[in-house]
Amino acid sequence: MSEKIPLSLTVNGQTHQAFVRPTDTLLHVLRDEFHLTGTKRGCNQGICGACTVMVDGKIVRGCLSIATNCTNREITTIEGIEADGNLSPIQQAFLESGAAQCGFCTPGMVMAATALARTNDKLSDDQIREGLSGNLCRCSGYIKIVDAVRSVCGGDAV
Amino acid sequence: MSSDTAQYVNPVGQDLPRLEAREKITGRAEYSDDLSLPGMLHAAVQQSPYAHARIVSYDLSAALEVTGVVAIFTGDDIGYDYIGPFVHDETAIAKGKVRYIGEAVAAVAAVDQETARRAVALIDIEYEEFPAVLSIDEAMAEGAPLVHDNFDDLVRTYEADHAPNVMSLMQVEEGDVEAAWAGCDVVIEGEYETQAQCHTYMEPCSALADIDANGKFTVWSGNQSVFHLQANIAQSLDLPMSKVRCVTPRVGGAFGGKMEQTIQPIVVGLTRKAKRPVKLTLSREQDFEMIRSRHPSKVWMKTGAMKDGTIVARKVDIRLDAGAYGDDSPGVAGICALFCRGPYHIENVSVESRAVYTNKLRAGAFRGFGGPQVAIAGETQIDEIAGRIGMDPIDLRLKNAARPDEEWLGGLVLSKSAMRECLTQVRDASDWVKRRAAATEPLSNGKRRSIGIACLPHISGILTSGAIIRILEDGTAVLNTGAVDNGQGSDTVLVQMCAGALGIDVEQISLATPDTDSSPYNWGTTASRNTYMAGRAVVGAARSVVDQLKERAATMMECAPEDLEMRPGGFIGITGVPDAQVSYGDISGFSHWVAHGPVIGSDSLAFDGENFDPKRGFIKGFPFGRIGAWIFAAQAVEIEIDEATGKITPLEVWSAHDIGKAINPASVAGQVEGGVVQGIGFALYEEMVWDTGRLANPSLMDYKIAGTMDAPPNINTILIEEPDEFGPFGAKGIGEPPIVGIAPAIANALTHATGIRLKQLPMTPERVLNALQEKNEI
Repeated sequence: MSEKIPLSLTVNGQTHQAFVRPTDTLLHVLRDEFHLTGTKRGCNQGICGACTVMVDGKIVRGCLSIATNCTNREITTIEGIEADGNLSPIQQAFLESGAAQCGFCTPGMVMAATALARTNDKLSDDQIREGLSGNLCRCSGYIKIVDAVRSVCGGDAV
Repeated sequence: MSSDTAQYVNPVGQDLPRLEAREKITGRAEYSDDLSLPGMLHAAVQQSPYAHARIVSYDLSAALEVTGVVAIFTGDDIGYDYIGPFVHDETAIAKGKVRYIGEAVAAVAAVDQETARRAVALIDIEYEEFPAVLSIDEAMAEGAPLVHDNFDDLVRTYEADHAPNVMSLMQVEEGDVEAAWAGCDVVIEGEYETQAQCHTYMEPCSALADIDANGKFTVWSGNQSVFHLQANIAQSLDLPMSKVRCVTPRVGGAFGGKMEQTIQPIVVGLTRKAKRPVKLTLSREQDFEMIRSRHPSKVWMKTGAMKDGTIVARKVDIRLDAGAYGDDSPGVAGICALFCRGPYHIENVSVESRAVYTNKLRAGAFRGFGGPQVAIAGETQIDEIAGRIGMDPIDLRLKNAARPDEEWLGGLVLSKSAMRECLTQVRDASDWVKRRAAATEPLSNGKRRSIGIACLPHISGILTSGAIIRILEDGTAVLNTGAVDNGQGSDTVLVQMCAGALGIDVEQISLATPDTDSSPYNWGTTASRNTYMAGRAVVGAARSVVDQLKERAATMMECAPEDLEMRPGGFIGITGVPDAQVSYGDISGFSHWVAHGPVIGSDSLAFDGENFDPKRGFIKGFPFGRIGAWIFAAQAVEIEIDEATGKITPLEVWSAHDIGKAINPASVAGQVEGGVVQGIGFALYEEMVWDTGRLANPSLMDYKIAGTMDAPPNINTILIEEPDEFGPFGAKGIGEPPIVGIAPAIANALTHATGIRLKQLPMTPERVLNALQEKNEI
C-alpha cells in the first residue's frame, strides 16, 4: 500500500484538498474525497462513460484519469455546469426532451453533450451520435438524448 | 390555492417533465453509493470459486488481524433461514454449500474500501467440491447431482414435479391437440434457444445499512420494492420485520434485476455485527457474476394451421435454466406457459413449462418476464405458416388475433383487446406492403433491406397496492404509495394522476419516498403494474379525499355534501351556484383547527379483474393468483443485412401498444424506445457466456449493450388509447411489452430477406453467416 500524499485540485473553480494515493483515480478522489458524487461510477473500466468529466475543457473518463496528474488543470464536473444557478442550454434541453430516465448515465451524458455544444458547430444527427458514442444509457434507447442535443447544436441533416 | 377554476389544466395526458429531472441533470440526484454516514464502514465480498461445493470451514484469523477490520459475516453467522418468492431455498449468504461460481461466501466491513478488499481476500475457506450441472440437459439427466438435495423439504407456494433439479412445472391443456393435428394443412415444428441477458442497469448494486440503539436497522438501497426487501432481509436474518426499515434513494435502473434482494442481507448482517453503518457497492464485474440474469431457455414448439390461415393447434415444451436459486423462476415459467399461445385465438393448446436448477448464476425477473423466450418461437412459427400458405404475415395475424371478450388460457376472459388495432396501425405507419415487397431486391451496396413483424400479449394487473393522500394545512397534498420509481417515470405519472383526480396542479403535491415505516404496501415495481395498480390506489385515495373535503365543506357552507361538487383548481362548491365555493386551503384549515380533523384519504386493493376458471380450462402449477389487465402490442422492425459480414443493422422500428390511456405520452415513448433498444441487444448481441461454470464476459467491454451508434435513429411509438374499464383514467401498463417482439420481428425480417431461419439468439454475424453458408451449400 503506497503512502498517501497531499493533493490540491481545482474543481469547478474551487480548490479542493485531500491526502490521496499516487494511484488514485480522479473519479475516486472526486467522489470519495471531495464528495462530489454527481460523477457516477458505472463500470470503473472506462467503458460506460458515467464518470465523464472535463479536464481543461476536454472530456475524459474520471475512472481512467490519475488524480495526481490533474494538478494545475481546470477540472469541471456536472456540479459546475449550471451558470449562476441556471441550467445550461444542454441541461435545459435534457429537461424538456425527457432525456433523463433513471438518471445514472445523465451526468456523464450531459458532460459529453456539453463538450459537443462547446464546439459551436452545427452537428448532424450522425455527428451527435458519434459524439455521444462513449456514453452508455440502458433506459432511453438514446432517442430523447439525441433530440435534446440536436435542439441545442443540431444543424441541417447531413 | 393559486389555481383558478377557469385556467386549470388537467395534468393527466400531458407531457410533463419528470418531477426529479432537474436533480438528475444537475448531478444532485442521490443513489445508494452517493450516500455516507458518520462512522460508516466499507464492505467487500469474497466469491465462490466453485460451481458446486460443500463449505467445510472458514479460517478468518488472517483477515481479523488486518488493522481496520471491524466485522466479518459468513454462513456461520446465520441459521438455515431460507427466502425466495416462490420456493424458499436461498440464505442471506452462502451457507453449507456454494452453488455457483461468484456466489457471495464471506464479507468484511472495514474502515475503508482498500482494507476491506485486502482483508476479505485473506479469508481462507476450505471446500469439498461436488460435480456440477451446468445446463438444462445435464441437470435433468437421470442421476444428475442435485443442486438442492433438500428440495422436498423446502417451503414452496406451488406444486412441483419430482424429476431431478426441476423446481417447477406448469401445465395447460385446451381442446385436444393430438387430435387436432390431423385437421392441419401446415404443421411447423422447431426447437429454439435463448440466452442469458444481463439487466445491465447502469447503477451497480449498492446498499447502506445503519443500526439504532434499539437494534432496528435502516437500509438504503436500489430496489423494486421496499416491502419485498424488508421481508427478505428480516426472514433471512431471523429478525422481526418491525426491526427492518427499508428506504429508497434514486435507483439507477433495475429492469427486474433488483426485484428481490441483491446484497442487502449481507450488508445488514455486517451492520448487525459491526454495530456501525456499513456500505457495500459491487464492482461491475461482481454485479454481473452475483446478481441475476434473464433465463436462458429451450423451447420446443409445434403449431398447426389450415390453408385458410386458421391456426388450429399449438403444443409447447418450455425449459428454463433457472440457475442455482429459485428466485422468480417458477413465476417466469408460469408466464411463459400463459403467454406462449401468443395474442391469438387457438382452440387446441398443450403446454408444459419447467424451471430447472443448474449450478449457475440464478435467473430471475427481467423485463418481459418469460415473454421474450416464447415470442421468438411462437412469432417465427406464425411467419413460417404465413410463408407456407402464401399469406401476408400481418393478414395471418389479423385473422387469428385475440378479440375483445376472447377466452384466454385457463378460462380467463379478456375484458378488452386492441390487438387488431395494434396490427393495422403498425401496417399503415410502416408502409408495410411497400417495404415488404421491396425487401426481396438487393440494394446497390450489396446489402438487403427487409421488414418483419411480431405481436405479443402482456398484463399489468396483479397483486396488491395502496395509496395515502394527506391534505396539508394550506390545501396542498402529500402522496404516499410506496411504489419505487426505477427510472421509468412512475413517480411523475402517479403524481399526475393524483393531481388530476384532485383537480390541482402537480406542483401542489409532494411525493413521499418509499419507506416501509410510513408507506402503504406496494407489491413492487414489476409486471408493468405501477401505473395500473398503484394508479388505481391513487385514484381511490383521491376519491376518499374529495368525499372528506365535501363533508367538511358542507359543515362550513351549511349544506348537504350531496349538493357539493369538486371544482378544478382546488375548490369545493355548491352545484349550480358558481360563487358559492371554498378552497381546499380553507377547508383544510377548518378541518385542522375547528372540526372533523385532518383530511387523510387512503385506498388499498388487490387485483380483482380477470380470473382463471377451472371449469373452462385446465391449468396446473401456475404460481400466481389473479392476473390480467391484458395489454397487447405489435412491433415491426426494418433491418439491413450485410450478407458479406452477417451483420444485421436495425434501421427503424414501429411499436404499437394497447395502452388504455397514456398519462404522460412522452414518458410512455421513453419506455417504448428504451425497451425496443434492449430488445435489439437481446436479438443481436447481448449474451452472458459461461465457460465451465465461470462467467467468461463479466464486463461492459465483453458484454455489449447498445450505444448511440447501434440504436436505430427512428423508433415510432404508436399508442392505441382505448380506455381500460378499471384502469386509472383508463390507463394500463407499458414497461415490459416493448422489449418482447423485437427479436422475432428481426428474425422474421431476416428470413424474408435471405430465406435463413435462426432459432438461436442472439443473431450474431457469425450465426447469420453460418446459416447463409449452409443455405448456399444445399
